[in-house]
Amino acid sequence: MNYNWNWGIFWATSTDGVHTWFGLLLSGLAWTLFVSFCAAVIALVIGSIIGIIRTTPNKWLVGLGNAYVELFRNIPLLVQLFLWYFVLPEVVPKGLGDAIKAMSLPWASFVPAVIGLGLFTSARVAEQVRAGIQALPRGQRMAGTALGLTLPQVYRYVLLPMAYRIILPPLTSETMNLIKNSSVALTIGLIELTAAARAMQEFTFQVFEAFTAATIIYIVVNLIVVNVMRIVEKRTAVPGFIGPAVGGGGH
Amino acid sequence: MGDFDWSVIQRSWGYLFREGMTFTLTLTAMAAIGGTILGTLLAMMRLSSHKWLSLPATGYVNLMRSIPLLLVIFWFYFLVPYIGAWLTGSSTPVKVGAFASSFITFTLFEAAYYSEIMRAGIQSIPRGQIWAGYALGLDYWQTMKTIVLPQAFRNMLPILLTQTIILFQDTSLVYVLSITDFLGAASKVAQRDGRLVEMYVFAAVVYFVISFGLSLLVKRLQRKIAIIR
Repeated sequence: MNYNWNWGIFWATSTDGVHTWFGLLLSGLAWTLFVSFCAAVIALVIGSIIGIIRTTPNKWLVGLGNAYVELFRNIPLLVQLFLWYFVLPEVVPKGLGDAIKAMSLPWASFVPAVIGLGLFTSARVAEQVRAGIQALPRGQRMAGTALGLTLPQVYRYVLLPMAYRIILPPLTSETMNLIKNSSVALTIGLIELTAAARAMQEFTFQVFEAFTAATIIYIVVNLIVVNVMRIVEKRTAVPGFIGPAVGGGGH
Repeated sequence: MGDFDWSVIQRSWGYLFREGMTFTLTLTAMAAIGGTILGTLLAMMRLSSHKWLSLPATGYVNLMRSIPLLLVIFWFYFLVPYIGAWLTGSSTPVKVGAFASSFITFTLFEAAYYSEIMRAGIQSIPRGQIWAGYALGLDYWQTMKTIVLPQAFRNMLPILLTQTIILFQDTSLVYVLSITDFLGAASKVAQRDGRLVEMYVFAAVVYFVISFGLSLLVKRLQRKIAIIR
């Protein structure tokens, strides 16, 4: 094997003439985190709404929620991003389509990436929210109704506070999936972390240094997410209820 | 919607399915089979009491699961030629090609995910059965082969198949290596004829129909297995 290792390459100036390659990777990381954060907000809001309506007594709402989840779960993320990026501007009224096409570069990729990733993830969040609510004993819903609470109040004060605590661990892995999935946005031109590593590899030919750096950065981000969520789990744990995350001591 | 020309689908039908979809399905099947075998071995390693077996397997699975598939695809696309050179003792990287590289990538990547499923499956078998196997004079491999793995595999079959549906969707990512899988074929026609809307909508419909159909079959299978147990 005759591969020329050159770990100093990270401090060489990149093709933009200003930043080092390391700086380019960091800017890629910033885009990865930014796009993931915005998509996470969309996913959490829409996913919660869809998840909740799938547990309501109304059968039309349940059907609508199920259809939504099946639609977004059974089309590959890459194809969904293409639909938002290439197809949407062509099928909306011409004025709006032209406005979308006139967006400047990072945003022209960023906006469809956020929408695509957000909705794709929202279907998975909806599945978790539904599972979390259904994991609660049926008596809780009945007790809430018996106390004279309206259905929205039952959700707000009885079901959701516990359901969200139950689904924190699966939401942690969804968050990590989202960060990993955001790399697919490189196909519609967003220079996020994987794309930055790819650009570095293409221009410097230092394949393994570039990909090693990206791999390490992803692992570090993963570890940070896991630990932050573990803290959230501990902070929000209700004593005596769901306590495996607290660990160690007994009562 | 008047200016759309849906006949482009009909014109490119053979290319899309005979070339593109054939590759997608072949890649899915091979990676699913290879991934399940390798994943089962990894799961057995992880559950081993020997640290020198369980630690590398744990590390491998965690590493694969913490980086994006796209990055893994790029990694192997460049790494496999060097590994080939190392295996054959050649001084220059061995040309492997995008096809072989994607088969290797998906098998190795999916093995990490299948291994987590098989680990849960193996752990779902009561320990007493393993001791019973040893008491009958079977060795480790015989116990695994005749007692544990058949049951673990059957218990986990719906989840393994669900993972395979995800794998089927994930194979669309070979797009970044310019391979003519189903999406690659659709994309090439779309660019050539300037029919992006028609081709990408059609691709979405095809992926949806196949994935949704398979997921209904898995649900049915799940009910059947639940009755047998």
